[in-house]
Amino acid sequence: MSSQVHGTQHFDKAKRAEVKFSDEAMNVVQTIISHYPEGKQKSALLPVLHVAQAEFGGWLSPEVMDYVASVLKIKPIEVFEVASFYTMYNLKPMGKCVLEVCQTSSCWLNGAEDIVKYIEKKLNIKVGETTADGMFSLKVAECLGSCGTAPMLQCGASYHENLTYEKVDKILDDYKSAGKLRSYTDHDYKNTL
Amino acid sequence: MGKKLLIHNDKVANIHTLEVYRAHGGYASVEKALKTMTPDQVTDEVKKSGLRGRGGAGFPTGMKWSFLAKPEGVNRYLVCNADESEPGTFKDRYLMEKIPHALIEGMITSSYALGAKSSYIYIRGEYFYVARIVEKAIAEAYAAGWLGKNILGTDFSHDCYVQVGGGAYICGEETALLESLEGKRGNPRIKPPFPAVAGLWGCPTVVNNVETIAAVVPIVNDGGEEYAKIGIGKSTGTKLISASGHINKPGVYEIELGIPVEEFIYSEEYCGGIRNGKKMKAVVAGGSSVPILPTELILKTAKGEPRLMTYESLSDGGFATGTMLGSGGFIVMDEDTSIVKNLFTFSRFYHHESCGQCSPCREGTGWMEKILKKFLNGTANESDVDLLWDIQSKIEGKTICPLGEAAAWPVAAAIRHFKQEFLDVARNKKFVDVSHYNRLNKINA
Repeated sequence: MSSQVHGTQHFDKAKRAEVKFSDEAMNVVQTIISHYPEGKQKSALLPVLHVAQAEFGGWLSPEVMDYVASVLKIKPIEVFEVASFYTMYNLKPMGKCVLEVCQTSSCWLNGAEDIVKYIEKKLNIKVGETTADGMFSLKVAECLGSCGTAPMLQCGASYHENLTYEKVDKILDDYKSAGKLRSYTDHDYKNTL
Repeated sequence: MGKKLLIHNDKVANIHTLEVYRAHGGYASVEKALKTMTPDQVTDEVKKSGLRGRGGAGFPTGMKWSFLAKPEGVNRYLVCNADESEPGTFKDRYLMEKIPHALIEGMITSSYALGAKSSYIYIRGEYFYVARIVEKAIAEAYAAGWLGKNILGTDFSHDCYVQVGGGAYICGEETALLESLEGKRGNPRIKPPFPAVAGLWGCPTVVNNVETIAAVVPIVNDGGEEYAKIGIGKSTGTKLISASGHINKPGVYEIELGIPVEEFIYSEEYCGGIRNGKKMKAVVAGGSSVPILPTELILKTAKGEPRLMTYESLSDGGFATGTMLGSGGFIVMDEDTSIVKNLFTFSRFYHHESCGQCSPCREGTGWMEKILKKFLNGTANESDVDLLWDIQSKIEGKTICPLGEAAAWPVAAAIRHFKQEFLDVARNKKFVDVSHYNRLNKINA
């Protein structure tokens, strides 16, 4: 076979050649690697994947995973098995703002289902879908540790708590007018919020 | 007012900065330990304090430390478990966000006792902004000489790092956390060997919860005996409780172990009673995995004694009539709550979070979620209650890690105490969710 298959995504040699961290991101990656003893750079994989996801459009393509493997001097499969295990890594393209609404007990007790239905109606998408303009994706999440301030949703690094319909309106308006990609590492090195 | 040792300064402006934290007595335990105590003396104080692991298991911390193997020439590690993911639990997030230096101070003092040259704080990925706060505090500590080479001019040098996870409940299990810290999938390891012998990169490692490590600070400052004066019996000291659900004042409260459950729920100092004048129906006292108890059993033991907020009192009566203190994730449900649907959210959670290593958990959690879904869409039969019971009984004790138990216990307890509700839903062939009087509808009416 001329191309490797990663889930439903195909590996593209030409695209792979274009994947490279910016100097700024590479500095962050090198700092992360320096936190571990010599030869244990694989330990940096989880945090480095967060940086990669922020750097390359909010998801991890097979080309990006292959690149991360080369940076950490590990096998591509070691990257894929991790990226596919943890829920925060997206293995397909997502909207610029991924809205993750917590649905576990305390949030459900406080109306999380209503929040999900409200967003579905407002954005005219179902859970798991992305708006046609590529601005928003809607996901449900399991307990995000915000039970005392339920219901809540996470978008990138930001926690939005004690949600009401009015709050949701404002959050969506603000994100839409900013029009930026929101990533988990926003507070880390980009400060895009 | 009960005594507070961990978050007594949480309302002080800028307590997250080193300057303000230090002005309020911060880092005194590092000075005391490094300058006046041997590492073994620090461990002895922790033993005397009776401190028990605050992540949920409640294992004596001093004993855990004393198991740490100390072969010559091999690095030892302290790893902080900040992968707080047990539904209903948000205390570690509060502590790290408000007073990050309390954790860092505890990491340094504890590492001194353990002889660890490096330590890692593994924070769940979703708490990225919290990780950033802790990283900033670590940078401040380095700049002021509390971390790095020859701390306070002594021989003790220490490096402390933060690692963020990728979103997996299972990484709260200590060996799964170590796998994750090594850059792998969070599959729990078979024990033995325990981390105290072969942990991070095969080296002797102690894994402790955030709150446990922060508690080492007052224990060293005031002495283990002083700490042990708080509480009752083997439940010593203070505990952070994350209170949520249908209460007037959800939030994180530091309690002296031993206060009555009734006081915690109804007093103005803590939860402030049930919202909207409703009656209480049930409580999950220690995070989603511990057995749910109906009102009469959470307020009083089967013997009719007032139930107290201690490890022993909450578990009085075993699982037949008791529960566990667990992580202190205290979820209160009012009279309108559907126990069936709440259980469905738990079972969906455990199905989602099973790592897939052990068949009973991987398959069983999925079956339980599917059967509970039948109750919600009106296709369940009465026999499904027995089927649910049968499945949960075949998960417990048959898995590598305790996620199996964590998934089985809430199902067993819900059926044990609320079987009639399951039967009613099955007989009526329809599920009526009356929980939707909630705050959202009120505000948006």
